[in-house]
Amino acid sequence: MKTLREMRSAMAVLFNEGGGPWGGGNKGSGGSGSGGDTGGPRNPWSQPPEGDRPRGTNPSALDEFMKRARGVRGQMPEGSNPVRWIGYGVLAILALWIGLTSVHQIEPAERGVVTRLGRYSHTLSPGVSLTLPAPIDRVQTIDVSSLQTIDIPGGSGERLVLTGDQNIIDLEYSIGWKIRDPELFLFQSVEPETTIKSVAESAMRAAIANMPLNVAIGSGRNTIEAEVRQQMQTILDGYRTGVTVQRVTIKQTDPPEAVVDAFKEVTAAGSNAQTSVNNARTYAQQVLAKAKGEAGAFDRVYTQYKLAPEVTRRRMYYETMERVLSKVDKTIVEAPGVTPYLPLRELKRAPEPATGAAQ
Amino acid sequence: MSLIERFMRHPLIFGIGAIALLFLITNTIRVVPETQQGVVLRFGEPVALVNRYQPNQQFGASGAGLLAIIPFSDSIIWIDKRVRDVDMAGQQVLSTDQYRLNVDAFARYRITNPLQMYISARTEDRVADQLAPILGSVVRNELGKRQFAELLSPERGIIMQNIRRALDVQARQYGAEIVDVRIKKTDPPEGAPLDATYARMRSARVQEARTIEAQGLQQAQIIRADADAEAAGIYAAAYGKDPSFYDFYRAMQSYEHTFGADGSTPTGQSSIILSPGNDYLREFRGGNR
Repeated sequence: MKTLREMRSAMAVLFNEGGGPWGGGNKGSGGSGSGGDTGGPRNPWSQPPEGDRPRGTNPSALDEFMKRARGVRGQMPEGSNPVRWIGYGVLAILALWIGLTSVHQIEPAERGVVTRLGRYSHTLSPGVSLTLPAPIDRVQTIDVSSLQTIDIPGGSGERLVLTGDQNIIDLEYSIGWKIRDPELFLFQSVEPETTIKSVAESAMRAAIANMPLNVAIGSGRNTIEAEVRQQMQTILDGYRTGVTVQRVTIKQTDPPEAVVDAFKEVTAAGSNAQTSVNNARTYAQQVLAKAKGEAGAFDRVYTQYKLAPEVTRRRMYYETMERVLSKVDKTIVEAPGVTPYLPLRELKRAPEPATGAAQ
Repeated sequence: MSLIERFMRHPLIFGIGAIALLFLITNTIRVVPETQQGVVLRFGEPVALVNRYQPNQQFGASGAGLLAIIPFSDSIIWIDKRVRDVDMAGQQVLSTDQYRLNVDAFARYRITNPLQMYISARTEDRVADQLAPILGSVVRNELGKRQFAELLSPERGIIMQNIRRALDVQARQYGAEIVDVRIKKTDPPEGAPLDATYARMRSARVQEARTIEAQGLQQAQIIRADADAEAAGIYAAAYGKDPSFYDFYRAMQSYEHTFGADGSTPTGQSSIILSPGNDYLREFRGGNR
């Protein structure tokens, strides 16, 4: 409280409030350690009383100070004013410094780790807290809520990973993590982020190395992600890094550039096979439809036939013959005795084009 | 007399006094941070250790804080107390079955004996420099005893334990303790081995593609055969009821089709020579004889 009062009075000096604190009960002098002063200081920015005014116009505070330093006596009250002012200025700066470095506002997402003269003291929870001023207490605010991301490989790093069946895949993934324990995070490892990255690479490669290629680039994604996350957490807890691995996301698993055409061929083969099967299904449907149609037709005719077999049979015979014979050239030859002269049709036909051409 | 007045009277003395005091304080008081351990040297001779690493220490209770030393004669060497990483990149390993692999590994270590470390290596960075090649050779030796397939996931089994133990023995000489060793990467080296792997992958894909196609054809064939068989069954079920009528019925259909009477176009023109004795012309001749 003492310092606060001092600060307030020093502020008053700085802003030249009315008659200054000296007129109003001499509040500030107690704190400055110059309580023995008589008469009280004057506001340095107001004009000194006429009678006390030194010769020469407008002597600056520095001039006055120099004069004092040279041992000029007799103008004591006026001479101590600038000195006092410097004293209060220093106090104000000090107070400001203390105010700035001992009041800490910690956001809900943060924790403040306080070290007192190097030694870990305590951790500040969200809200406004007071600590000792700066060189004594140091506060490092650590974000414990927001998810931090590491992309592996960042930029144009190595992306190829060996699978369990000794193939190679092109892999891109990211790690989401956050700080769980600020003290461990600060005091336990030199470069926690590098460690997290190394551990991620190690765990990911171990996971992929246990899987065949097809699983790694296909269905195994979720398994790998879960496995790597868990593995990383175990290792990092073993290191006491104080971080939580929130998620492992595989962004891309592909065959390497060099063999991607061969993989496309497999896809093409798959659709070729599907085409063959589809064609066969079409054929099957046609064949079955035909069979059912013909069988159905036969069944219907047969039902009628059963009712009057002989008549139906003869009717069908004549009707068919009628249709057939109406379409064909017919020659009736009384046999035996006459040898059919063949080819009759060719004989009959041959003149036709000839006559056609002659006309 | 106020302090300021005294100061005004002897500014020089006060100034020098203050500076001297400050000088003394800065040379006497040391702040020991939570993350560092220190070796106190008196005229170059180590006399004490401060804030030394102990297992299971609590933060804030380990010896960090203010420390007074004898000015001018004592000095402190600061040594990191935290766990540090040492990386080993691109070590070539030859497996017992003559496969080559590029292996990346990292070890995590901590200085547990700062004095030992100071005597043998002076700085932490030099410890890392010394440990890196040792890590390389330990990894190469240990993995070189294995088959290629085992190297793929060396995290398993006792391989890493052996490497850690072997490296730890060396690290003790530098006052360090190996917390963990891990393999980051195991890759086939660039060039011929990598190309060979790619070629193998490609041929495997081609094989897979052909197999898939053949399987497709096979499946198609079976589907067709099944349909044919089913159709035959349907026909048999229908026609089998009266084979002789079927024979007649089918013959009629066949005639119609052959001679184009059902609307289809027969391939060849047809002429029919009928004998009057033909059954069809029976009535032609005046009835049944």
